[in-house]
Amino acid sequence: MITRLLLRSLDRGSYWFLGALALIALLVPALHLLLPPESALHVPGYAVALMGKYLCYGLLALSVDLVWGYCGILSLGHGAFFALGGYAMGMYLMRQIGDRGVYANPELPDFMVFLNWSELPWYWYGFDSFAFALAMVIIVPGILAFVFGWLAFRSRVTGVYLSIITQALTYALMLAFFRNEMGFGGNNGLTDFKDILGFSLQSDTTRTTLFAASAIAVGLGYILCRLITRSRAGMVLTAIRDAESRTRFLGYRVEHYKLMVFVVSACLAGIAGALYVPQVGIINPGEFAPANSIEIVIAVAVGGRGTLIGAVLGAVLISYAKTWFTGELPELWLFALGGLFVAVTLFLPKGLAGFVLQRWQALADRKAQPGPSQTATNEGAAQ
Amino acid sequence: MSDLPSSVLYLDGINVSFDGFKALNNLSLYIEPGEMRAIIGPNGAGKTTMMDVITGKTKPDSGEVYFDGAVNLAKLDEADIAQLGIGRKFQKPTVFESQTVADNLQLALSGVRGVFETFLWSASSKDKARIEELLEIIRLTHLRDRMAASLSHGQKQWLEIGMLLAQDPKVLLVDEPVAGMTDSETVETSRLLREIAENHSVIVVEHDMSFVRDLDVKVTVLAEGSVLAEGSLDSVSADERVIESYLGR
Repeated sequence: MITRLLLRSLDRGSYWFLGALALIALLVPALHLLLPPESALHVPGYAVALMGKYLCYGLLALSVDLVWGYCGILSLGHGAFFALGGYAMGMYLMRQIGDRGVYANPELPDFMVFLNWSELPWYWYGFDSFAFALAMVIIVPGILAFVFGWLAFRSRVTGVYLSIITQALTYALMLAFFRNEMGFGGNNGLTDFKDILGFSLQSDTTRTTLFAASAIAVGLGYILCRLITRSRAGMVLTAIRDAESRTRFLGYRVEHYKLMVFVVSACLAGIAGALYVPQVGIINPGEFAPANSIEIVIAVAVGGRGTLIGAVLGAVLISYAKTWFTGELPELWLFALGGLFVAVTLFLPKGLAGFVLQRWQALADRKAQPGPSQTATNEGAAQ
Repeated sequence: MSDLPSSVLYLDGINVSFDGFKALNNLSLYIEPGEMRAIIGPNGAGKTTMMDVITGKTKPDSGEVYFDGAVNLAKLDEADIAQLGIGRKFQKPTVFESQTVADNLQLALSGVRGVFETFLWSASSKDKARIEELLEIIRLTHLRDRMAASLSHGQKQWLEIGMLLAQDPKVLLVDEPVAGMTDSETVETSRLLREIAENHSVIVVEHDMSFVRDLDVKVTVLAEGSVLAEGSLDSVSADERVIESYLGR
């Protein structure tokens, strides 16, 4: 049954994409671990972490494409689910520090000692267990998306209004997490992580394992999205995107579909955040900033919405561009991003992937039937 | 209530108002099983609002709407009502533009509607045969793999009618099926509707008088939110009040 569903969901492009992911999941760690640092092909440690970070954004873009590209829900607050997944992982990593913190308190993270707290708040319980933290990485964003989606979709909030509320959601969470009393490290967030599952975060093998895990997560996330979008449920999602009330009059309960896809998407975003935090070494309320969510939406638009692969490539591309610009021309980055968005909207409405697909299709059509234009000229010549 | 058991649709004393404007004013209408009914009336007579009330898009302020003699439609929402077997075709053809003609029909196909069922669903040979049969009826077999967006206006209307049939409803509500159609398309559409009426109850809202004459069924005239006259087209078009409401006073 599962194989049948999988076979139905994956096409040739999928196999190429998954193959490429598997290749970099093996190649990058190999080039980092096996080659000596002098070698021209050696991938330095910082680059492994950087590429791992790009892959996490790729997974986040995938989750945004699932709701926006296929169901027309433009979420400008997906960074919130990403950050919540990140905080859940960060809490586990904080507990792992144990008594190696500055205040050497075996129970409490440094910032709590600093605030003169005497015991761990109840919502920190359980985060010393990796399994529990992993569950929370999925459950917390999932529950927030469920409650938010249930209220919003049942009241039929759509379009720009929904986008604004999602934006407000992530902004509100940012303000809340900035407060020290929340117990998440306030302004500074969670940082100074030491190890994960007993392995040092600074070691080469941990770094490469996290990178490979990110690549695998993108691959699995992609397969999940394909399973959903290629099923009849996926057709209903697209139907909702294109003609919501028509779908309702066909007897589909639109709000259930939206809720399902929104929750799945939030869980994916949470996983992306959880993989992101150990690789960058910090999570702070800045991750909730609306600008982050908007950036990822732009990445999906640039890559091509409703194409999944395009979304991942768009995110990697935009993140790379951001790294380059903030290094070389930091004051120009936002202009470049805005300009790119305007240019893509005007000239490539289906994004880079859409453009490539269109070209590919045109080429295939020309091969399939020896050109209507050609026959027309032949006829013209005959006359 | 004596009409209840025999009516497939029973509307009694329906009132709907929007910001003080009375869209429906004590409207009563009974549709027999298997009946085809044409509804005519000037702009703003409440034809579309009436369809909204039947399909659950608009809740009546007062009055009763019953389906099949027993089901109170005023308590249900669009999805419930559609699943009961009331299909609706919009004034403007609304098909799923970015999906193929066959996929449009597949989406409308009666049966599974839940999220998890549709996720696991795959077309049985019976479903496939039904889709082919529908393509045949609406004469779009040769366009089955085309995107719905690339269809002509008339073809979209037929596809939407095909989607209604795929839902296998008991009652079809059809809003202005021939608006914007060429003459030959209009003829084809009236053939299609008569074919459908053989085993469904159909309500057709239409402005085009020659089309209504072509259908040759009982006509209800709406004006200012209530029923003005009912009967054959000839008898209602001879009615003084009907002429007055169409021409203005």
